[in-house]
Amino acid sequence: MPEFSLPDENRYSQDDEWVRESGDGLYRIGITDYAQQQLGDVVFVELPEPGLKFQAGQAFGVIESVKAVSDLCMPVSGEIVEVNSELEDAPEVVNEDCYHGGWLIGIRIDDAAQFNGLMESKAYGEHIASRSDD
Amino acid sequence: MSETRRTPLYARHVELGARMVDFAGFAMPVQYDSIKNEHRAVRETAGLFDVSHMGQIHLSGKTALESAQRLLTCRVDTLEVGQVRYGLLCNSDGGCVDDVTVYREGPSEFMLCVNASNIEKDRDWIRDGLVPGSEIRDRSSETGLLAIQGPKSAELLDRLCHAGEEPNPSALGRFRFSAYTTQAGPVLISRTGYTGSDGFEIYLPAEVSRALFDLLLETGQADGLVPAGLGARDTLRLEAALPLYGHELDDTTSPLEAGLARFVKRKQGGFIGHEAIEAREKQGRSRQLVGFELLERGIARADYPIVSGGRQVGRVTSGAPSPSLGTSIGLGYVPPENAAPGTELAIEIRKKNVKARIVTTPFSKNS
Repeated sequence: MPEFSLPDENRYSQDDEWVRESGDGLYRIGITDYAQQQLGDVVFVELPEPGLKFQAGQAFGVIESVKAVSDLCMPVSGEIVEVNSELEDAPEVVNEDCYHGGWLIGIRIDDAAQFNGLMESKAYGEHIASRSDD
Repeated sequence: MSETRRTPLYARHVELGARMVDFAGFAMPVQYDSIKNEHRAVRETAGLFDVSHMGQIHLSGKTALESAQRLLTCRVDTLEVGQVRYGLLCNSDGGCVDDVTVYREGPSEFMLCVNASNIEKDRDWIRDGLVPGSEIRDRSSETGLLAIQGPKSAELLDRLCHAGEEPNPSALGRFRFSAYTTQAGPVLISRTGYTGSDGFEIYLPAEVSRALFDLLLETGQADGLVPAGLGARDTLRLEAALPLYGHELDDTTSPLEAGLARFVKRKQGGFIGHEAIEAREKQGRSRQLVGFELLERGIARADYPIVSGGRQVGRVTSGAPSPSLGTSIGLGYVPPENAAPGTELAIEIRKKNVKARIVTTPFSKNS
């Protein structure tokens, strides 16, 4: 099984997204190293307008690799405050640097308890491993 | 569901870290490193593909030429020994059973290289269409096939072939083939490919595939040769506007609708489907394959509607961002009145109309 980078500073969702606190109730969200490896070359990312609100589990955008189109789903509920517009011209940054340059959206979280309910890196690592064993 | 088959190079692909996918019932590498890098390597230096999933059907017997003329839309009578040509197998309704390359190995010996997804269908169809006195043998599973594609491939291949009486592979003309002896064993090399760049395809016994694959990689690495997967193969062929069976071609599509008239002996005739093709032409074509580029952001995927004047007029057959051009391109079928280069229409992507323009193909000047 290939190695995946799983920084401890993030929390992780079942749907292979990471969430990182940036202070004042703001959080950044992206897809994990595992997810980007599974997708292969990311060629297109469609992100929402700032100001829109989404519930946890709701699709907020779309990510396309050469072979597949996938919905991006909110790991927590909140309002979009910023999107990574650099990905419009350089979607490959999601593959190259998924935890930093390849972030997708910044949100204001509705309820910080939802963040604390997400997985820590160790639990998420086990979550990936259990799936690969199938 | 039948089990996924493996090419002789399966273990090697996994070792190289390839992402494997199911393609036409075979576990194949879609990418090793990145599709973009592999694509670029083929356009600028060279890429090495395992395409052993493709099928090889050998045709022989005293009436082999007659059978080939009847089965294939292209002229086989003018094909010289050592020459290869692209052609189609058509059904009696004028639709495409498959698109193939036909190799003339001797006066009455031919080899058809067919799509992996169609091996069984082709075999049955060919057998039914044979003239008495011809026979076929399916050698797909015992034959390996590597493709080395890109401007450096001739030079790299020369290094692996013994210089004897035979000229080096670099001396082969386009669509010519010959037998060679390499360090890995005897092979058949043809100057053909499916990328739009110069390159070669190497037919060899399945058990030798791995040795030659490794030898080529080792020899070519310093010159920029990389293993390349089906992902890059698809973006390369799309830039060159080469059809992919199951996308641009199927049992209902006439080769003329697909823009392949130059591979159809319309004057000479005498092949299965000829009458139906001509009858369909006489009726007037309802659709035509075109190339388009998106004028806004997005990716046009197979089966997305093509829209003009607020209604659907056609559908996308293939689409991807073009690594060479930096734009998003695609192929699709539209009525002839919407087919002129420069025509603006839209592709419906997730219920939104994204502007597109018909362009001339091939898309890439490079290819």
